[in-house]
Parts: sequence; C-alpha cells; structure tokens
Amino acid sequence: MTADVAQDRQDAPAPTPAAPASTRRRGGGGLGRYILTRFLLIIPTVLILMTVVFFLMRITGDPITAALGGRLSPEQLAQRRAEAGYDRPLAVQYLDYLWGVVRGDFGTTYTDHTPVATILTTYGGATAELVIYAVIVALLVGVPLGMLAARSRDRWGDLALRVLAILGYATPVFFVGLLLKLVFSVGLGWLPVAGRISSRGELTMGKILNPTPFYLLDAIRLGDASLLADVISHAILPAIALGLLTGGIFLRLVRTNMIGTLEMPYVDSARSRGVREARLTSRHALRPALIPIITVMGMQVAMMLGGAVLTETTFEWKGLGYMLAEYMANRDYVAVQGIVMMLAVIVAISNFVVDVIAALIDPRVRY
Amino acid sequence: MTLPSPPPPGESASAQQDAGLEAEAAVVAATANDSWLKRLPIISHLRRSVGLQRGMLVAGLVLVAGLLLTALLAPLLAPYGFADTAADGTSFGTQQPPSSSHLLGTTVAGYDVLSRVIWGTRTAVAVMACAVVLSLFLGVALGLLSGYVGGWLDRILVMLADAIYAFPSLLLAIVMSIVISGGQSSAGGGILAAAISITVVFVPQYFRVIRAEVVRLKAEPFVEAAKVIGTGHRRIMGTHLLRNATRTLPLIFTLNSSEAILTLAALGFLGFGIEPTSASEWGYDLNRAMADATSGIWWTGLFPGLAIVAAVLGVTLVGESINDLNDPRLRVRRRRRAATAKEAQA
Repeated sequence: MTADVAQDRQDAPAPTPAAPASTRRRGGGGLGRYILTRFLLIIPTVLILMTVVFFLMRITGDPITAALGGRLSPEQLAQRRAEAGYDRPLAVQYLDYLWGVVRGDFGTTYTDHTPVATILTTYGGATAELVIYAVIVALLVGVPLGMLAARSRDRWGDLALRVLAILGYATPVFFVGLLLKLVFSVGLGWLPVAGRISSRGELTMGKILNPTPFYLLDAIRLGDASLLADVISHAILPAIALGLLTGGIFLRLVRTNMIGTLEMPYVDSARSRGVREARLTSRHALRPALIPIITVMGMQVAMMLGGAVLTETTFEWKGLGYMLAEYMANRDYVAVQGIVMMLAVIVAISNFVVDVIAALIDPRVRY
Repeated sequence: MTLPSPPPPGESASAQQDAGLEAEAAVVAATANDSWLKRLPIISHLRRSVGLQRGMLVAGLVLVAGLLLTALLAPLLAPYGFADTAADGTSFGTQQPPSSSHLLGTTVAGYDVLSRVIWGTRTAVAVMACAVVLSLFLGVALGLLSGYVGGWLDRILVMLADAIYAFPSLLLAIVMSIVISGGQSSAGGGILAAAISITVVFVPQYFRVIRAEVVRLKAEPFVEAAKVIGTGHRRIMGTHLLRNATRTLPLIFTLNSSEAILTLAALGFLGFGIEPTSASEWGYDLNRAMADATSGIWWTGLFPGLAIVAAVLGVTLVGESINDLNDPRLRVRRRRRAATAKEAQA
C-alpha cells in the first residue's frame, strides 16, 4: 500500500508540499468563516478522542469485570454484564455510547449509580474556581517576572529567574502542595491543610438560596466577612501550587517574545525618540509579546486540568479531579471514562474559545 | 515497515546552519574540520556555549550524570533494599525521624527513606529510557511515512496526532495505564505499563516535528535528484529525509525525558503506579507521605520530592541549553560582546 501511494506521488510532474497545510491557506475567508471552520473542527477532534478512548478501554475487557473480577463467580459476573449491556456486540455498544453522548449522557457510574453529567454539574464549579485562581496567580507571577528577565537579558537576574521558571516546571504540583502544607499549614499554622471550606463555613453556606458553583461569589453575596476569609484562606495554597506550574511557562514565554520584540525596529525608533526603557518594556514591547501567551493558553487549559487532578487530590479540593481519583481508586472505569471524556470536551471547547480570541487580536492567525 | 538505523549523531549538529547569520556560518566553518566526536550534539553545544549559558548546561549535565550513576550503582549506594522493613531480624520501626541508622528516616510502612530514594532512580531511568526510545521509533517512523507518502494516510495520521496532542496528557496516561495493567500493577510489568502509557502521549510530538521537516525537505532539489536517478523509496526516506530531519530531536528528547519522569510520578501519586514491593517509585512514596504531612512528619515526602525535582531539573537544564544554543536569537552573543570589549580597549 505504501509503495503504491508513493508511486503515484513520484509520477506526478512536480512534487508539491503535502496538501493539508496548503488547503488551509486557500481563500481569504474572514473572521466569521474562520470561527465557523474552527468550530466545526471540534467535532472530529472530540469524535476521534471518544472512539480512541472507548475502544482502548474495551481492549482489556468490560468495566464490570475490571471492577468486580475475582470477587464474583463467573455466573454472577455474566449476569451483571448482561444487565449493563456489555454482552452486546462492541459496535452496538459503541453506537449506543455515541448516541448517549449526543444527548448529553456520558454514562452512569458503576459504584454509586450517579449520571456522569451530574458529577460535572456538582463538582465542575469547584474545578473551574480553582483553575481561575491558578490562572490569576500564573499571570501575576509570569508576566512581570518575564518582563524583568527580558530586560536583564543574559545577566544574573535573568539567569536566576529562568532557573526559577525551570524549577516551577520541574517540581510536581503535589510536591509543591506538600511543601506549602508543611510550611504554611503545619509549621506556621496560618492556613488550613485541605478542603474548600471549614465545616462551620459549610453550614453557613448551606443557607444560601440558588448557590453559585463558586464559593467566593456565594460568600460575597452573603456579605459574611468571616466566611469570606474562610473561603479565601482555603483557596490560597491550592491556587499557588497550580498557578506556579503555569506561571513558569508564562515567564519563559514573555521573556522569549519580549527579547524578540525589543529588537524590533519600531522599538528602536521609539527609543530614539527618547521613550524611557521602563515604558518601552511595559508599553511598546509588552503587547505584541502577550499574543503568544493567549495562543498558548489553549494548551495550558489541557495542562491545567491535568494539574488540577493532582492539586485537588493533594488538597482534598472536591472537584472533578478529586472525584476522578476517587473513582479510579474504586476501579469504577465507567465513571473514569465519562469524566475523562467530559474533560476532553471541555479542553476542545476552551481551545476553540482561545483560538477565536487569538484571531480577534491578531489578524494573521486567521486562515 | 522496518526502520533504518538512526543516522550518526554528528549529522544533526552540522545541519544547523540554515539560520544564515554570519556568526553562525563562522562557527560552523570552525567546527566543520573537527573530529566527529566534537560534533556530537551535546559536546558541540558545550563547545559553543559561553558564560552563564555554559553554566546552565554544565549544571544540567552534572545532575543527569548523578542520576545515571546513582541508578547504576544503586545496589552499592543504598543501605537497604527498597522493600526491606527489617535488617538482621530487627524491624526498622515506622515513621522514625532521621537518625544515624536511617539517615532520612523511615516511612509509615516501615521502609528506609534513603534506600527508596536511591532505588527510585532506577525506576525513573528505566521508565524514561523505555518511553523515550519507544516513542522516538514510533513517532519518527510514522512522521517519515506520513510526510513522504502524503495523501489520505497523511491526513488521517495528522488528525489523530492533533486530537491526541490536544488531550490532557495525564488523563491519556491514566486511560492507558488502565488499559495496560487493568489497574493491577504486576511486578516488572508496572515499569513497562508506565512507559507505554507515556509513549502514547509522546508519539504525536515526534510525529509532528518529523512530518513537518519531511514535508519541507521533500520539495528540496536533492530529493528530486535522488528520485530522478531511480533511488528506492526506502532509501530516500532512510537516507535523504531521515538524516536531515533529525536536527530537532535532541531537544524533544530531553523535554520528553523530563516529562516522562513527571508523568510517572503523577501516575504513582494517583495510585496507578508500581507496587512498593516490586520497585521503588517516588510518586507512590509522595502519595503515602501526604497524610504524614498533616501530623508534621516531613522526611517521608521531602526527599522523594527533591529527587524528582533534581532529576527533572537536570534533564530540563540540558534541554533548555540545547534549545537556546540552536536558536541564534537566544544564544548569548559571544561575538558582539567580544567586539565591544575590543572597542572599549581601543
């Protein structure tokens, strides 16, 4: 097969670079068309992932055998499998699964019979809250330090900051979490060890009508200062642990891009007009250097969700990642598959949003 | 398909001159007559580096050498076995603070922390080597094929790689480890399972890089010339394309090695790693240590964590330095500095 296709290529008069890259550039398009194309691209991505994950999970057997194998007799196992429909042909199960997903049904967990979609609505808010805090920490750490590193390029300050950024990447979030806990919770006793809120705070929180998924918003709505302090003190350490991971990456990005923009002719011309160095970095060079951050943010969402699984487990922050680890420990692979697929959909959608934002800011991105 | 043997490493170093800068050309001209040893990736980078950048590279190389040596000499260095809870019939005791008989203390299960940290290097190196080599071969082979053959095969592979690349890598590794070990980690199989889980995450990265290079190179005159004189597809892919497409590999290689250590630790931390009795794994030890931290026991978590940081830091420093040295925009400007120094003297 390989040789045949290659043969065709060779017979062609002039070999051209592969098709996909060139077809993308064809036609002017415009923003609306770009957004539509980009949106439609979500579907094959998600479909591929679902198919891959579905069939991978079935290679080794069905989830019920995996969860209960050895604990039940073969007859009981067969009966359970028949009840759940795992004795049907694989293709039927696959289509059934896809149809379910189309209707928003990601399956029902095996251990506690909760629909996976309910897990998302119950715990998704906690994860979103954590990720938002972490992005704020990452921006606060990464952007100013990256600017500083670019300005002191190749000198000691630059080196120290870059090593710091590499350290941020090299340290697993759960180890950062452990160190933070040891110092600030156990050693100094300033901050709580784990959880999203104290048990007393949770009682107060239960009184609120129409609770939002974000504890911080609810605490503000209740106007209770001690509750607000409670919520914030629980969030500080997890936000730092997860934020430092991405902060290091932002630092490196800002540094590299700023070094590039600082050498641009327009920066030179501004400098010759007498614009101060500080203003050059904060105004002229910063904005173009921020665009790559926005494009990379899409990739960061995937990494952040991976990091959130670890951070939530470390701090017993009851979000999606914490539940994923719980279900993993209980060998409930229906739940694991469901949560993993939902996270994949979230990543695909947020990548889309980020790409659209990048296209709005930088017209060169559009194809 | 059978993959031809990888090219001599010197090729990748000497193929870096398309930057077109004068300084670059001068460096290449100076190194062109050197022996092949001096053109090996890391050695040539070391020779090109100056000042702080060299310091970073050397620090990274020292850490990596330390990691490899510790892994090699683990039986000599470690005071006890990684699964020992007693020596000479006396139990170690659980959660003992560091002392002369247990330099880094003992864990909640009664293991010697120092021994587990030292033996852990073996697991890390084994998984790193397995994962990187597996994904290197798979990714390079698929990238070559996809880029050279083109057509629908290329489109399907690119779509697959993009989909997998956009997926959170840790989640993918979790799915793979469920698939491979069924959640039940056996003795040696645990290492291989972790390695394969990580491989699946990395293959798309190698694939993308190699494919992009191959697509670019395919239009070059020398490939056309080879076709005209009737060279076979295998030879074109193996010689003309592969040898010229590998210049970015040392960089991905190091980046992936560090990611492999982190993914292994994360899997272990989530309880999907290797059983403590079959091998020592830092992520698992950190998982066990989380509960200790609440009661102020710091030695069970601190040292395995520091081991992870040191290993990843070493590999990343080497990779970063290679990246900077390959990119003329980021390389420390030796020539310009020298020129200004001369001006100052004059």
